[in-house]
Amino acid sequence: MSEYILELNGITKIFPGVKALNKVQFNLRPGEVHALMGENGAGKSTFIKVIMGVHQAEEGEMLLDGKPVHFKNTRDAQKAGIAAIYQHVTSYPHLSVAENIFVGHMKKKFGVIQWKEMYQEADRLLQELNADFNSRSIMGNLSVAQQQMVEIAKALSLNARIIIMDEPTAALTKRESEELYRITRKLRDEGVAIIFISHRFEDMYALASRVTVFRDAQYIGSYDVDGITNADLIKAMVGREIKDLFPKPEVPLGEEVLRVENLCRTGYFKDVSFQVHKGEILGLTGLVGARRTEVVQTIFGVEKLTSGKIFWNGKEVKISSPSDAMKMGIGLLPENRQIEGLILDWGIGRNITLTELKSYVNKLFLNEKKENETAKNLAERVDTKAVSVFDKASSLSGGNQQKVVVAKALGSDFKLLILDEPTKGVDVGAKAAIYEIMGELAQQGYAIIMISSEMPEILGMSDRIVVMCEGRVTGELSREEATQEKILALAMAKHTVVEGGVQP
Amino acid sequence: MKLKANASKLRELTQSREFSLLLVMVLLCGLIQWRSGGVFFSGSVISQLTQNYAYIAVLAFGMLLVLLIGGIDISIGATMAISGMSTCLLMRDGVITNPLLAYLFSIFIGAVCGLVIGLVISKGKVIPIIATLGMQYIFRGLTYFVSGTLWVSADKMLPGYKNFAQSSFLGVNNLFWIVIVLFVAMIVFLKWTGFGRQIYAVGSNADAAKISGISIDRVKIIVYTINGAIAGLAGAMYTSLYASAQGNMATGAEMDVIAACVIGGVSLNGGQGSAFGVLLGAITIAIISKSLSLVGIDAFWQRALKGAVILLAVLVNVLVQRNAARKALEGREI
Repeated sequence: MSEYILELNGITKIFPGVKALNKVQFNLRPGEVHALMGENGAGKSTFIKVIMGVHQAEEGEMLLDGKPVHFKNTRDAQKAGIAAIYQHVTSYPHLSVAENIFVGHMKKKFGVIQWKEMYQEADRLLQELNADFNSRSIMGNLSVAQQQMVEIAKALSLNARIIIMDEPTAALTKRESEELYRITRKLRDEGVAIIFISHRFEDMYALASRVTVFRDAQYIGSYDVDGITNADLIKAMVGREIKDLFPKPEVPLGEEVLRVENLCRTGYFKDVSFQVHKGEILGLTGLVGARRTEVVQTIFGVEKLTSGKIFWNGKEVKISSPSDAMKMGIGLLPENRQIEGLILDWGIGRNITLTELKSYVNKLFLNEKKENETAKNLAERVDTKAVSVFDKASSLSGGNQQKVVVAKALGSDFKLLILDEPTKGVDVGAKAAIYEIMGELAQQGYAIIMISSEMPEILGMSDRIVVMCEGRVTGELSREEATQEKILALAMAKHTVVEGGVQP
Repeated sequence: MKLKANASKLRELTQSREFSLLLVMVLLCGLIQWRSGGVFFSGSVISQLTQNYAYIAVLAFGMLLVLLIGGIDISIGATMAISGMSTCLLMRDGVITNPLLAYLFSIFIGAVCGLVIGLVISKGKVIPIIATLGMQYIFRGLTYFVSGTLWVSADKMLPGYKNFAQSSFLGVNNLFWIVIVLFVAMIVFLKWTGFGRQIYAVGSNADAAKISGISIDRVKIIVYTINGAIAGLAGAMYTSLYASAQGNMATGAEMDVIAACVIGGVSLNGGQGSAFGVLLGAITIAIISKSLSLVGIDAFWQRALKGAVILLAVLVNVLVQRNAARKALEGREI
């Protein structure tokens, strides 16, 4: 009998163009809670999906109880006694709790569903977990924490010996997290082995005996929780050598363009304050769930502010719609360019001119010739690779689509550009081109807010870096003082550590 | 990298949905002409066709706008009824004494109906099919209420109002002139005005349109109001054509109109469609409706066949569109 209940060696997973996992390893002892940590994009979620049979690894072996296994799909994994609880709860909101627990393995006799038996069994499982709701409740009416409990009950109903939890505490309050700890410990004491993915140190300390770190799709190491310090762990998570930086050109900073004070949106973020100057690139960073996108979308008028003040050129302003923001001179390049940035069915040219249609209208009618000429000039300015301005946006690669989104913003008379993950899903060449454009824009006097999760990008391009964690600003670093370690420490700092402050 | 700023006209033409629809229509007409023994395309049949089905084409232009923003309006038959009926009632009671004023009044009533629908959909956040389903009953009920379930017959109407639908200008029936004028207006509106472009933007990708600074609610309200106004116009056309206003008039007109739009290549998901396609679609519907009896098809079969032809036309269009989408992907550099 092997020491480990689950063992993975040399796992490599390749997606078109990227290595999502590069020869990673992992092992799990029976009855232990093993934390898996790493930055955004380190490969944790992909790794879980390989274990569950959602993705098939190109290389490597997986041993269950010392015997090699190969899962073709999630059902195989479930039959072998492995269950996963994903980051985003995947349930059926209109069905009852019992139906959610037994979906896929309904209790049947002669093909007829045995409702009574199912409700009884579900209630028994829920009682074991000390749940404060019963099996007839409707899933959609439950809180996230309660829904997670249902997912755990589902795992138990499958007699799972290994339970994987992918960032289960991300959406929970402190009290709810503690309830989850209690359940997790109970399961562990009953002999279930648990893989616990989290960004939070407190989760790790509360539960895990060992921790494994991934970074950039690679295995970095496994450590005993008692034997490693926070600082060493952070170093393991970010300790990459930073090379190929595209530093922002030196630009003398001008006057303040935008200042926000104590922005709040109930349920999303609280007390967010920062300012940005002419010619400056302000980096806004944090881990998943830091609510950076929500903050900028609220500033841009897509969502409503609960309280707080916005100052534009020193004067307080109200922004209640994107068109308000654009009239003032704020442009937003959304993170999801395919959904919010572009109309994929349209040609490049029409996409570029959409924000400034007014300027091509000549007494009621559009001047298409002028429109196409302007679009052509803007598209060439950002070096879009295409044949004509009539090429559909959907026919472009990700990098070129992003360039079109940038060109779209350049057509208007903006003073401030907000770039939400400008290089996400973009190849290296296009990345360099986008950095170059951003540098030029700063030189021309644009103020830029750049949201990014990529350390090299944040460190290379930003004059100042604001770090957020779970809806609060946890610190602000100047270009000189910023290091990967400091940023990650702030991004993982709970607001209890730094009470709502702007300065760390 | 240098880009071109001139479109290839020929390629644009042959890849368009309208082009394939035109082919389908020519084939259909040839078939009908042959089966009817050469009598279908005679002057009298065509003039009947343009006169009797003009209101369908007019309604289809309004529906085009609604479908383009990703909505739908199944209340237009009822909007026609209430605007046509209230106009005729005021004519009967001697309040309206001028045919032009009658038309304008009917358009106004329709626009008010459309505005209400637009507000319910944009501000009330009710999905379009439900909102217009409800409004359809309200408008139809109001029609019976204001008329006291009575008809307005021909002798109570202004002679000029009735004659308008029967007379022609330059050999073309007046009602069809309305279609022509509206058609040209639609083409210009959709292609060469900023608001027309915004309509396509909202239907293609509402999220992107919002981020681009377009007020989605404003576009919706204006579009439903225009559609209502057009239904009001159709109500006046209908009552002057048949020289009578009845509470149950134009029941189910919306189905022919939606069919005309779909045949004309308008996507029910929004963002795709053109005035030219819709005109062709409306003509196709008119031809199908009129010709089936002429070519000697049994009355029982006429409806079923109409449905089959509609589905066939849509199917052809779907295939053409799929082909175009594949072509677009082939152009991607990998």
